[in-house]
Amino acid sequence: MAHRFPALTTEQKKELSDIAQRIVANGKGILAADESVGTMGNRLQRIKVENTEENRRQFREILFSVDNSINQSIGGVILFHETLYQKDSQGKLFRNILKEKGIVVGIKLDQGGAPLAGTNKETTIQGLDGLSERCAQYKKDGVDFGKWRAVLRIADQCPSSLAIQENANALARYASICQQNGLVPIVEPEVLPDGDHDLEHCQYVSEKVLAAVYKALNDHHVYLEGTLLKPNMVTAGHACTKKYTPEQVAMATVTALHRTVPAAVPGICFLSGGMSEEDATLNLNAINRCPLPRPWKLSFSYGRALQASALAAWGGKTENKKATQEAFMKRAVANCQAAQGQYVHTGSSGAAATQSLFTAAYTY
Amino acid sequence: MPYPYPALTPEQKKELSDIAHRIVALGKGILAADESTGSIAKRLQSIGTENTEENRRFYRQLLLTADDLIKSKGGVVGIKVDKGVVPLAGTNGETTTQGLDGLSERCAQYKKDGADFAKWRCVLKIGEHTPSALAIMENANVLASYASICQQNGIVPIAEPEILPDGDHDLKRCQYVTEKVLAAVYKALSDHHVYLEGTLLKPNMVTPGHACTQKYSNEEIAMATVTALSRTVPPAVTGVTFLSGGQSEEEASINLNAINKCPLLKPWVLTFSYGRALQASALKAWGGKKENLKAAQEEYIKRALTKSLACQGKYTPSGQSGAAASESLFISNHAY
Repeated sequence: MAHRFPALTTEQKKELSDIAQRIVANGKGILAADESVGTMGNRLQRIKVENTEENRRQFREILFSVDNSINQSIGGVILFHETLYQKDSQGKLFRNILKEKGIVVGIKLDQGGAPLAGTNKETTIQGLDGLSERCAQYKKDGVDFGKWRAVLRIADQCPSSLAIQENANALARYASICQQNGLVPIVEPEVLPDGDHDLEHCQYVSEKVLAAVYKALNDHHVYLEGTLLKPNMVTAGHACTKKYTPEQVAMATVTALHRTVPAAVPGICFLSGGMSEEDATLNLNAINRCPLPRPWKLSFSYGRALQASALAAWGGKTENKKATQEAFMKRAVANCQAAQGQYVHTGSSGAAATQSLFTAAYTY
Repeated sequence: MPYPYPALTPEQKKELSDIAHRIVALGKGILAADESTGSIAKRLQSIGTENTEENRRFYRQLLLTADDLIKSKGGVVGIKVDKGVVPLAGTNGETTTQGLDGLSERCAQYKKDGADFAKWRCVLKIGEHTPSALAIMENANVLASYASICQQNGIVPIAEPEILPDGDHDLKRCQYVTEKVLAAVYKALSDHHVYLEGTLLKPNMVTPGHACTQKYSNEEIAMATVTALSRTVPPAVTGVTFLSGGQSEEEASINLNAINKCPLLKPWVLTFSYGRALQASALKAWGGKKENLKAAQEEYIKRALTKSLACQGKYTPSGQSGAAASESLFISNHAY
C-alpha cells in the first residue's frame, strides 16, 4: 500500500465539516429546488402553468423571499444551474437572498442518466467530465455544496452488481472532486420505489447499495465528516399490496442505515421519492423516534414533499404569493419538527398534502 | 439482484445478538481452550512448572471446569477457531489465516460443548508496500467466511483484523491503514450476508509503531482510534473489544479509559479482553501445585467476572489519581 498522500489539508477538512454540520443543525433540512427545466415543466403542467423561464423564476422568487424565519427549518437549498444565476424582481441574485438568510446554497452537479449496456435497462450517471472546473466556478459563485443523484431500481435481475458498483464508483469520484474544490458532496444513491416488492426486499437492496457506496467512498479517500447522505427511506414498492405503518418504515430504514452508514457521516437527509407531503413528514418523524442507535442527524432533502401545496396555492398567479409562502413555510416547519421527532399530526393538512406525488420511473 | 435468501431466522438472529450483548455487558469475553500445546508449554514454563502431559492436562482441566462455573454464573465461553497464519505467495512476508475446512462441523460441536462465541485472528503489517491490496482483501474475505459459518451454528464471531504495531510508522499512518482494513472487513461482511448485530470486532487500537520516535498522549491515541472506527464500523456492530497488542495491561487500560472519554460519537460498546491477564493470575495462583487448584480457579473466575472499570471511563491508573482524566482532548493542527 502506498504511503498516505493526504487528499485534504486540515483547513479544507474543517471547512467541509463545518458546512455539512450547518446544513443539518437543530433539525434543519434541505429544500431540493433543483428541478431541471424538463422536470419543472412536469410540475407546472400539473397546475396548468406554462413552462417559461419567467414562470420558473417567479415561483422560485416567491419561495426564496419568504420570511427570514425559514432559516430555522431550512439549512440548505439545492439549485439547478439556471436558478443559480437568476434574480428577483429587484435584480437581486437568488443565491445572495438565500445566503443573507443564513441558508447554504447548493447545486445539482450530475448530468442525467446514461444506459449500461447488457443490463435490464439500468443506468449510470454522467457529469464527471470537467467537473472539477465546474465545481471551482460554482464555489466562486457562492455555492458550498453539491448534489449527485444515482438511480437504481428493483426488478428482475436488478439492481445488478454492475449497476451497484458503477453508480457507487461514480458517486465516489464526484464526492472526491467536490471536496477538492471546497464543496460538500451530497451523495444520493436512490433506490426507486417503482415495483411491487415488499419492505424487506427494499431493505435488503438498500443495505447492499449503501455498503457498496461507503466502500467506494473509502477507496476514493473521501472525508466522510464533510459529506451528507441523501438516501431513499426503506419502503415497499408502489405496487405492493401490503401496507406498512410509519413505524415499520422507520425501523426498516434505520436498521438498513445503522448496518451501513458510519457514524462519522454528520447527516442523512432523506429524499421523498413521490411520497405525499404528509407521509414524508410522518415517516421522518417515526424515523426520529426509532429506538435503534442513530449517531447521525436524520433530516430531509425534499423537493416535491415541500413544494406540492405551494405549487397548488400559487397556480401561476402573483396575487397568490402569500398563500404560496404560507403553504411552503408550513411544510418546512412540520419537517423540521419531524427531524427532531416532535411532529404532531393535527389532521388539518392542505388538500395537496395527502396526495401521492409518485411518478413512475422518476427522472429529473 | 436475486431476492434475499435469508441467512438466518429471526430466532437465530436474536440468539446471536443476545450473546453479543452479554459478552460486552460483562466487559470482556473469556477465551478458553487454547488449542496449541506450544502455548500451554510456554505458560507452564513461566511459572517454573515442568512441561509434562499430566501438568498440561491438569491446567486444561482447571480452565474448563472453571468455565462451567463461569457459565453457571452467567458468563460466556468462547473458542479460538482459526488454525494460524500461512504465507501469501508473491507478497512481502504477508499472510492469510487458515481454518475454514470443516469449520461448520467444528462450530456445531463447540456449540454443543457450551461455547457461544468464537475468535479468528488475521494479521496485517505496516511496511513500505504493506499491507498490500491482496492481503487486505484476502484477510477480509476469510474473516467474513468464518463469521458467516459461525452464525449458521449459533456462535457469535469475533472478527480480529490485527494490524501489528511493529515498525517505525507514526500514528497517522496506523490510522490510515486501520481505516482501509476495517472498510474492507465490513464490505466483506456485507457481501457474505453476515448479521452485524450478532458480531463483535476485536481491532488494534490506533498507535504509532513500536520503533517510532515520536511520542503521543493517550488522548491522541484515543482520538485516532475512535476516528478510525467512526469512519468504518457501522453502528449496528454490538461491541468493540480491543486487543492490547504489544501494550501492557496497564497501558491498554489507560488508553481504553481515554477512548471512552473521547468526545466523538461512539455508538458501540468499547471494551477489551483480559485474555492474558486472566491466565497469568490463574497460573500464578496454581504454581504447579495440585492443592492450589481451587485457589487458581477462584482467581480465574474472579477476574473473568469482574466488570472492567475502564469500560466505563472510570479507570484510575495505580499510583496516580486520575491524571489522564483531566488532560485536554483538543489537539491543534492534527487532522484525523
